[in-house]
Amino acid sequence: MNPAPNVHAASMSLQDVTVELDGHMALSNVTFDVHAGTLMGVVGPNGAGKSTLFNAIAGLLPVRRGKVTLHRVDRRSGALAYVPQQESVNWRFPVTVMDVAMMGLCCKLGWCRRPGKKDRDLVDECLCRVGLWDHRSALMTELSGGQKQRVFVARALTQEASVLLLDEAFSGVDVGAQEGLIEVLQTMKNEGRIVLLATHDLTNLAGRFDQVLCLNRQVCACGPPDQVFTPEVMEKLYGAHGVRLTRDGER
Amino acid sequence: MIDFVLAPLEYGFMVRALIGSVLVGVMCPLLGAYVVTRNLAFMGDALAHAVLPGMVLGFIVGINPAIAAVPTGVSVAVLVRIVSRRAGLSADTSIGILFAAMFALGLVMLATSPTIGVDMEDLLLGQILAISPTDIYVSLGITIVVILGLFALHHWLLFASFDPVGSQVVGARANFVDYVLLVMLALVIVIGIQAAGIVLVMAMLVTPAATAYVLVRRFVSMMMAAAAIGTAAAVTGLYISYHFNLPAGPAMTLVASGIFVLVVSFRRKAPA
Repeated sequence: MNPAPNVHAASMSLQDVTVELDGHMALSNVTFDVHAGTLMGVVGPNGAGKSTLFNAIAGLLPVRRGKVTLHRVDRRSGALAYVPQQESVNWRFPVTVMDVAMMGLCCKLGWCRRPGKKDRDLVDECLCRVGLWDHRSALMTELSGGQKQRVFVARALTQEASVLLLDEAFSGVDVGAQEGLIEVLQTMKNEGRIVLLATHDLTNLAGRFDQVLCLNRQVCACGPPDQVFTPEVMEKLYGAHGVRLTRDGER
Repeated sequence: MIDFVLAPLEYGFMVRALIGSVLVGVMCPLLGAYVVTRNLAFMGDALAHAVLPGMVLGFIVGINPAIAAVPTGVSVAVLVRIVSRRAGLSADTSIGILFAAMFALGLVMLATSPTIGVDMEDLLLGQILAISPTDIYVSLGITIVVILGLFALHHWLLFASFDPVGSQVVGARANFVDYVLLVMLALVIVIGIQAAGIVLVMAMLVTPAATAYVLVRRFVSMMMAAAAIGTAAAVTGLYISYHFNLPAGPAMTLVASGIFVLVVSFRRKAPA
């Protein structure tokens, strides 16, 4: 009972978005568009404003100037899902994989309704899709970094989100698990969802994104990976070290 | 053994104390499960101290102190969130400021009202043997409200407790849920103070829940186990206090602490 392909038709547009944090400019005149069915990597060094950008898109931070527009996205019904950095999750809280996937149903359940058979079937199906059904009774703390990320993706699936924001999703995740995560995200974008993944870690998976946004407090480049990963852009992002990264990648 | 259990119940005050103990033993650990897993222990301690002016005001104007403490506790719980958001301070700092200020206000009110004849020790250590029928009704009312609240908000509470940022993105309900949790905490502390007093209510709030955290895996099981341990500790403590002529609050606290020590000593491995 997989959701029909391309049922999600959201799009996102940022125009001259400027965000200030504690009196300094965290993002300046950020402009880009994302269409339905796009897997976009947001890359940049630490402190480049990737999390700030996601927080602004998610409505957690006020935008000083400019505009964030999410077309056909009803936030109150859970159409926007956010996978935060590992540090902002309360790992002391003892929840299982199934509990976390079930959290995606909060909007649908409302205040008093308990999950029924249909809801539990949906959770099972989403856990199967991310390959974690066998781990459904495991505590979150018993999972590896990559598995944890996949549980959050399963939560976004149960939430039936059209837009998924993953902040530093590769942090603490080994290369093999990164590959597995990208595969799951690609199936999501094939259904018409928008998936934005922030990372400061330029791995060999960067070429798997449809679009890459290079961010260093402002947009340094935005487009397909083969067009944006140039020595000039890398230098803008990472300084002289960035040029070496591009050369290593070419070799 | 039967006499040990039944003999005290010939007295009306002991029956009321037993009902009060069960309510405290169930409700404090139920909320305590959130206190332990969300690092709200300081908040709990602060709320317990901050209701003092409300209780003293109750004595001054002749209202049941448990009823008078409810609005004070709820106001402080909401104020902590507002102060930390508006002033950009950490929750701990806001709690520290409000907790000290409210407790000091209570002490000043107590010092300037010598006619009310309240024993400070009773307020600090609890006096469950003196619990009145009105206290029981107030506690029952609070119990019903809090259980309904926990049931209605269960999924949102789990979401907001585990992933505060992710839950905020999904809806403004996450913020609302946090406020409601603090208000429920304040309400439950008012019940707890009657049994264990301002200082020792923390024991009923934290110790059974911490014991359950060590024993079980899932959060819902933890709430159930905490309520069972809390009830056992409160009732056992009450009987010990009756038979050995000891103060009830400290007896309950020591039983809860004893269970915790036993469980931690005999657990096979550290919880994940």
